[in-house]
Amino acid sequence: MAVVLIALAGASLGVGAARLQAGDPMSALVLSVSRIPRMLAAVLTGAALAVAGVVMQQIVRNRFVEPATAGSPEAAAAGLLAVTLIAPHAPLWVKMVVAAASALAGAALFVVLIRRLPPHEIFLVPLAGLVLSGVVGAGVTFIAWQADLMQYVSIWMLSGEFSGVIAGRYELLWIGGAAAALAWVAADRFAILGLGPDAATALGLSPRAVIRFGLLVVALVTAMVVVSVGMIPFVGLIVPNLVSRMMGDNLRASLPVVALSGAILVLASDLVGRLIIYPYEVPAGIILGVFGAAAFLGLLWRGDRHVH
Amino acid sequence: MIEVEGLSFDIRGVPILKSADLRLEPGKITALIGPNGAGKSTLTRLIARIEPPPKGRVRVNGLDVATTLSDRLAREMAFLGQQTYLASRLRVRELVAFGRWPHCHGRPGPADRAAVDQALTDFDLETLADRFVETLSGGQAQRAHLAMAVTQQTPWLILDEPLNNLDLAHARALMAHLARLRDAGGSVLIVLHDLNFAAGWADHIVAMKDGAIVAEGPVEEVVTTARLSDLYETPISVSAHQGRPLVLHHI
Repeated sequence: MAVVLIALAGASLGVGAARLQAGDPMSALVLSVSRIPRMLAAVLTGAALAVAGVVMQQIVRNRFVEPATAGSPEAAAAGLLAVTLIAPHAPLWVKMVVAAASALAGAALFVVLIRRLPPHEIFLVPLAGLVLSGVVGAGVTFIAWQADLMQYVSIWMLSGEFSGVIAGRYELLWIGGAAAALAWVAADRFAILGLGPDAATALGLSPRAVIRFGLLVVALVTAMVVVSVGMIPFVGLIVPNLVSRMMGDNLRASLPVVALSGAILVLASDLVGRLIIYPYEVPAGIILGVFGAAAFLGLLWRGDRHVH
Repeated sequence: MIEVEGLSFDIRGVPILKSADLRLEPGKITALIGPNGAGKSTLTRLIARIEPPPKGRVRVNGLDVATTLSDRLAREMAFLGQQTYLASRLRVRELVAFGRWPHCHGRPGPADRAAVDQALTDFDLETLADRFVETLSGGQAQRAHLAMAVTQQTPWLILDEPLNNLDLAHARALMAHLARLRDAGGSVLIVLHDLNFAAGWADHIVAMKDGAIVAEGPVEEVVTTARLSDLYETPISVSAHQGRPLVLHHI
């Protein structure tokens, strides 16, 4: 898998409207300002979103959710919209903090909402997530229309893409990557959380503390991705499910594979989007949206027999 | 020693447990019996700090469960409840290994691995060790969860209806295993519905009804025709077999 990732990364650096030549200062500039940041952005986004998907699935004990289908990006967008309306000249870090805080609020709201749903009704939880993201998304769209800010909002909420990534405008994604790495440190705790709150308590964990930490990871990853490249759907859903099917949910072993697979998927989608109508581009989010929706339906279809 | 003082619990105004007082001596198998809704599960869950701290006090080996760190308590007592729904895909060995978490916090040493292997052997799980729990039968999965609780190797083991889904042979094997733990100095609190398992293996019986402890004592004192018929409000006859009470209810 690491070989696949390196090959894709190499291809990603080589593809673009500008032709690269060894020893050409212009080529070096293209590489360092555009191509390398873009490749890194796709890798970080994919890895972080896939890990955030696993974390959310362990928190709600349901494998058919991810932050993107549970309203977290919409909540982050709501926070960004609020800052833009109230303090349009706030520095970037303020916007980041507000986006992360509102993504946290959105994810926490989802966890509270589904607490009363029976765990065996596995399709109610993803449904509740879709309803929540629909409601929050509609609210954001309504306010954005009133304030004539639809252009901003569509960047965050519509399909994410990497064509705008240049050095200096993607580095926040490292925070998302760091959050995902922290999740791996707590991998056993998230795995034990999956045994249920009673078993986790009996083993000496505080389920609430683990859930709070997990929500923080989800919020940081979501906010950084939404702000930097926009919403990328389905990575957090498909990758964890495929990896779980292959190797189970012993997260200490599987989270690195999840991160690697997420990076490969997003990098490949970005690459396909750049090649399909070359020299123009299709956003990676749209490629994933098309491919991911089909894969998601397939998972739901097979998941019915899978969970009992 | 488990000490329970004035323990009360209610769910939306409905009393489930009414000011229970109890002292459980170590080195014994204590069976908790009583009809459905008597408060047996609630009592075990409160002792094992699964439910939030209510009115009253619970101490396990001198540690107040409301104020002691959960991680510390996990080295004092293991608990297996009735709900063992697994949402994650874990292999039997991985599940059992989580029983070592309170001791190794994810960095298992040779002693931890040995404990896991021993539990897999004790619960007849060696051939299933690399199977995913979700592919097992109800009884096999129950044995995997029991193995996890036992692997915690705590002075106290608290089990809520552990015989669920177990066939007769594995149910007897579990009770025999608990007796061995007891003989090695361990203490067990176990909720049982099958009175003959209680009569046959327990050292001490606690009978509950309507959220209160109504009788307590050695097996011969509590497992009697009058007491049980009264407790379950159905005709039950107690006879004797090889020095142990034998509970009959099908005559």
